[in-house]
Amino acid sequence: MEKRKLFGGGEFLITEVAPEHIFVPEEMTQEHQMIYDAAMDFVKKEIQPNLDRIEEKDEAYARSLFRTAGELGLNGTDVPEAYGGEGMDKISTCLVTEAVATAAGASFAVAHGAHTGIGTLPIVYFGNEDQKKRYLSKLAAGEWIAAYCLTEPNAGSDALNAQTTAVLSEDGTHYLLNGEKIYITNGAWADLFIVYAKVDGEKFTGFIVERTFPGVSHGPEEKKMGIKGSSTTPIIFKDCQVPVENVLFEVGQGHKIAFNVLNIGRYKLGASVVGGCKLAVTEAAKYATLREQFGKKICSFGMIKNKLADMSIKTYIAESMVYRMAAALDDILSARTEEEVQDPAANARTIEEYAVECSIAKIFGSETLDFCADELVQIYGGNGYTAEYPVERMYRDARINRIFEGTNEINRLLIAATLFRRAMKGRLALLEAVEQVQEMLNRGAPEPQKTPDSGPLALQDHYLKAGKKIFLLAAGIAANQLMMALEQEQEVVALLADMVMEIYAMESGLLRAQKVLKKKDGTTADYHAAAVKVYINDTLPGILNRAKQVVAFVEKKDQLPRLYGAIDTLAGYQPMDTIPLRRFIADKVIKGKKYPF
Amino acid sequence: MEILVCVKRVPDTSENEITVNRDGTDIEREDLVYSVNEWDNYAVEEAIRLRDTGGGSVTVVSLGPEETEEVIRREMAMGADKGIHLMDPVFEGSDGRGVAAALKAEVEKGNYDLVLTGAQADDGAGQVGGMLAAMLQWPFAALVNHIEMSGDGILKIGREIAGGNQEFSEIRLPCVLSIQTGINEPRYVGIRGIRKVASLEIPVHGTAELGIPPEAVGEVGAKVKRIDYFVPQLGDGAEILEGSQEEIIDKLIELLKSKGGIK
Repeated sequence: MEKRKLFGGGEFLITEVAPEHIFVPEEMTQEHQMIYDAAMDFVKKEIQPNLDRIEEKDEAYARSLFRTAGELGLNGTDVPEAYGGEGMDKISTCLVTEAVATAAGASFAVAHGAHTGIGTLPIVYFGNEDQKKRYLSKLAAGEWIAAYCLTEPNAGSDALNAQTTAVLSEDGTHYLLNGEKIYITNGAWADLFIVYAKVDGEKFTGFIVERTFPGVSHGPEEKKMGIKGSSTTPIIFKDCQVPVENVLFEVGQGHKIAFNVLNIGRYKLGASVVGGCKLAVTEAAKYATLREQFGKKICSFGMIKNKLADMSIKTYIAESMVYRMAAALDDILSARTEEEVQDPAANARTIEEYAVECSIAKIFGSETLDFCADELVQIYGGNGYTAEYPVERMYRDARINRIFEGTNEINRLLIAATLFRRAMKGRLALLEAVEQVQEMLNRGAPEPQKTPDSGPLALQDHYLKAGKKIFLLAAGIAANQLMMALEQEQEVVALLADMVMEIYAMESGLLRAQKVLKKKDGTTADYHAAAVKVYINDTLPGILNRAKQVVAFVEKKDQLPRLYGAIDTLAGYQPMDTIPLRRFIADKVIKGKKYPF
Repeated sequence: MEILVCVKRVPDTSENEITVNRDGTDIEREDLVYSVNEWDNYAVEEAIRLRDTGGGSVTVVSLGPEETEEVIRREMAMGADKGIHLMDPVFEGSDGRGVAAALKAEVEKGNYDLVLTGAQADDGAGQVGGMLAAMLQWPFAALVNHIEMSGDGILKIGREIAGGNQEFSEIRLPCVLSIQTGINEPRYVGIRGIRKVASLEIPVHGTAELGIPPEAVGEVGAKVKRIDYFVPQLGDGAEILEGSQEEIIDKLIELLKSKGGIK
């Protein structure tokens, strides 16, 4: 395999990434494929036929699922072998995560994701040797279920505002925890909790709390809109005694655990929703090829084809970015020295590197799943609105993904804040790139770009490069005019974050299609190319529009015509006829009755 | 006991809808998802259980193109000790007899006490097991749903007969058995198993290694040739129920009730 290239987080905005630099799903090894198949086998036989039972929050059954998953190694892909796990790469973790979510009900996927992700990973990356030995093998085996307790009634998105306290006992042997956490996934079932509390009222600290420690209890189950089969309760700590050996990492370092583990949780959520999206495409295709109206199968109608194509294309992009991201994370984690692997501070730095990309995978994936679930219900029509059909549950279950693991709004703020912080520190050469674009503008209106006509995806490549320049232009102007006040203008921040996300989305799809074009035969590559052409055609105008909105908000009115002109000239955007391309993709979905890539 | 299990890579009927291709020369193979033949998977599970209780080893053999390796490796990840891949361009187009001839040569290269096959394959004609036994001049029992050791060199085997009744027989080793689904509950493949076999070498045997003449197999050697695929015409009294699975079930129940099939 070609050597992939290690990029810094956010570097894609200012550099040209080549297809050979990234990983694409078509490069899965036979081992990867077998792992995915094994996980799917588990889902088809254990989860899919028992969705109604799972929906009833049958704890005994949930526990048996965790144990079976443990026997198969599906809980421990991220846990090192030395502690009873499988020690697999992140691509394998993503494949397992995606497979577990490929069921017409997401309850177990959410429970499993919380257990293996935010429940287990704090110990993997921040636990000491003793803690790893004590807990990881039980968690990997599914003998114990884990939960993550961060959110409080007054500390949701503002997580550091936690009120839960931890006071060291007089003899210095344990902490006394007091407080209440809410919306805790696996709340009623968990045997182990990762809990954040403030020591001395200020030092935000992580603790490993066992269910059997004195003073731990859970409140009643929440009556949720979806994922009803997962347990979600408050967790109450009343003079809960936690031995000092169970402080995770160091006192006062809890924020590093909390936020970095959420980073990993986010890219994993990106993988999970891809499973839901693919299933939505399959279910939509199956129904559209059965249901008849006006004497014809509804899949023969253009508007239904359009939906099947759009669901597939967006899923293709989400999948491209998640596996690109997983491989990048693998690369950066593999580059750690043996000492760094054992060092929580080094792990925090490493995981933090791709904070922007993790947030992108989370936002893009969860919004794509909601789009797909919504269109799935629409294709089912009235039937889709009744609980008689599984799509009603899929629709409700999908919705939580835009809320947990940091709302999509918080993640948009994070994308922009992280990028600007790194730019100011000189860690990411964003300012230099902005200057280059500004210098180009100062030299006068940009030359109309010659539309490239050679190469199968040359035009899309040009649009991507233009998108990056246009982002730099808008970001530069916003930063110059608003300076530190930029953070207060959330609407502008969101516009910029969306541009960053769409650039990563377009690039991930384009590089994948380019790579496939080089390696695969004609027809396969044609489908990839079609998906990317449609996606970029539909997305670039949004980037131009957002850039103009940013400029309109921060610049003087008389500057606008010049800047709008510059944006349009840089892009040189010409809409293309995408109807044949969409039909081309839809026909493959209809024929195969599944996700076409 | 040294056990050889013959497995086949077939289109996965739970993943694909099988249709006849446009010219009626084959089923439509574009975008088909393949997996191990379901019956064969039960046979491998049974072999693993026999080995785990009585010792010995389990070898999985499959004949087919390059991709066939996937199913051999899968069955090894499940617990088989060894895999053998029978691959040769001249195997292409073999009939059941050709496949059995290649398997016979492979059996004779080893020292097997027992050969298991699936009772049939999703895309097969249920011929290979019986032919293989005949070629080896070994005893053969088909549709086996129970196996246990019964004294030295003898197996007690079961078969379901009409009315859900069970029949037991004794068979002398070495023998060939074709295995019915339901004989056991095949285990899942776990990640640890996958990793264990990921880099194991799977030897490839062609006609040269097997010592069989190329003209005995493949299209040249085939005495049975498929000549056509088509969708049958709807005959008198036949009706195809359409709609979603639920709708079809409802219609079927109604029909059965109206004709007195169920009350």
